[in-house]
Amino acid sequence: MSLLVLADHHDGHLDDATASVVAAAQQIAEHAGGDIDLLVAGENIGSVAEAAAKLDGVTRVRVADNAVYGHQLAEPLADLLVSLADDYAYVLTSASTQGKNVLPRLAALKDVSQLSEVMAVDSADTFKRPIYAGNAIATVQSSDDLKVMTIRTTAFDGVGQGNDAAIEPVDTVVDNSLSRFVDEELAKSERPELGGAKVVVSGGRGMGNGENFKLLEGIADKLGAAIGASRAAVDAGFVPNDYQVGQTGKIVAPELYIAVGISGAIQHLAGMKDSKVIVAINKDEDAPIFQVADYGLVGDLFEILPELEQKL
Amino acid sequence: MKILVAVKRVIDYNVKIRVKTDHSDVDLTNVKMAMNPFCEIAVEEAVRLKEQGVATEVVAVSIGPKAAQEQLRTALALGADRAIHIETDERVESLAVAKLLKKVIDEEQPQLTILGKQAIDTDNNQTGQMLAALTGLPQGTFASKLEVQDDKLQVTREIDGGLQRLELSLPAIITTDLRLNEPRYAKLPDIMKAKKKPLDTKSPADLGVEVASKVSLLKVETPAERKGGIKVGSVDELVDKLKNEAKVL
Repeated sequence: MSLLVLADHHDGHLDDATASVVAAAQQIAEHAGGDIDLLVAGENIGSVAEAAAKLDGVTRVRVADNAVYGHQLAEPLADLLVSLADDYAYVLTSASTQGKNVLPRLAALKDVSQLSEVMAVDSADTFKRPIYAGNAIATVQSSDDLKVMTIRTTAFDGVGQGNDAAIEPVDTVVDNSLSRFVDEELAKSERPELGGAKVVVSGGRGMGNGENFKLLEGIADKLGAAIGASRAAVDAGFVPNDYQVGQTGKIVAPELYIAVGISGAIQHLAGMKDSKVIVAINKDEDAPIFQVADYGLVGDLFEILPELEQKL
Repeated sequence: MKILVAVKRVIDYNVKIRVKTDHSDVDLTNVKMAMNPFCEIAVEEAVRLKEQGVATEVVAVSIGPKAAQEQLRTALALGADRAIHIETDERVESLAVAKLLKKVIDEEQPQLTILGKQAIDTDNNQTGQMLAALTGLPQGTFASKLEVQDDKLQVTREIDGGLQRLELSLPAIITTDLRLNEPRYAKLPDIMKAKKKPLDTKSPADLGVEVASKVSLLKVETPAERKGGIKVGSVDELVDKLKNEAKVL
């Protein structure tokens, strides 16, 4: 039985996440066998389909191009997936907000469970996934005939782009009278999005006030980094809630995470401890953040930050 | 309109978890438990809609052991009018939770059902979407703003990279994200009053739902401990290490 990967795309571009999901699908196929098909659903998505066909390991790209799939709303996409699912033993997509929105709806319509944020493939039916914000790793076994799962894309290196898979249209058109797209406000910030940034600079309560977050901006500009914050800084009103890194905020795993004036509460560590390199800057040398930091610098952040910005 | 709000009893978000020595699960013995933070936001939103005169009744529901009644009492103290406890000591997976909640929706016929986007124990982020599928209703997941307009609901959703606004027909299912609101704290007089509010208890069998799952939990492990690194003495040393040792600059 084959595997179906739902592609992530926006504005006519295939997201990098999909290459990682195909990599996860390949690992499953090593145990379970089967071809890997990609489904691209949306409106005017020819360029996405062409990019998808280049991904190594993909047998064919199935393209559902119709206005009802525009903006990729959950209700029509789940119905489309239901119409295709009987051909497959696995349906996978990334654990993006899009994947998390659509796939559980498919799973329930097929009366099967969904495995969320799969980070390792042990066998055809056994997988590892993080629970408790990554503070524990669960090994789970699914006996469902159709296995529906979202993939934590940071755990799988994406496949290459040397393929030329067949592109086939999907004619299925479903109705949607439940939901209607109104509009979208995508961040126009020069900075990368917190969840996907390669470098994150975060401030905590030690920043003192919201004005002082400007000290982080200069560094973030030089490093092409996103700016984050601890829950304590958000609760203190320094920055908006969407800056929050932690168990109740965003989970990030950048190449470099710089924690400034952050003590390292459990709930913050849960959101950033999978970062490749962690730097901590704090005046309290006993702060728990130093226990997870690769490089710690004890001192006054108001002296260190301007110097760091200058020397980067 | 009537609003149904689902709440889950989970480990308090400030508690450091321990994995059981036999690796069967996380050890919850003598651990502080609380209402899941995203469920607190769901209760707050329902109560605000009632305070604004949009909602007429707020019903809280929880699935779990007897002790989950504590979280229902919290919901009642925060302003819910009555509560339904579906009592079970089984491990209930998202799909079964969604099936149980569907039965409650069939009975109660709420115009709006609000859930947290995920519970901070299993981190599944599924139940609301599954409930929407089973009831055939539209879903507004990861909501940061709700506006009820006659028989429609406008929901602002937190998506990767920004916000998306959808118009949903009612009834609908909503899951909450962090920015939807800031939950209030329960006041002592309200906590006292909550003890007298009605709380019905049912079992999964009463609702005709089989809670067994086809997903079994084989093992729970602590992730590889991150080793602390070194302290550097100056900004120069830090920049040097990042460039030449870690090679991230």
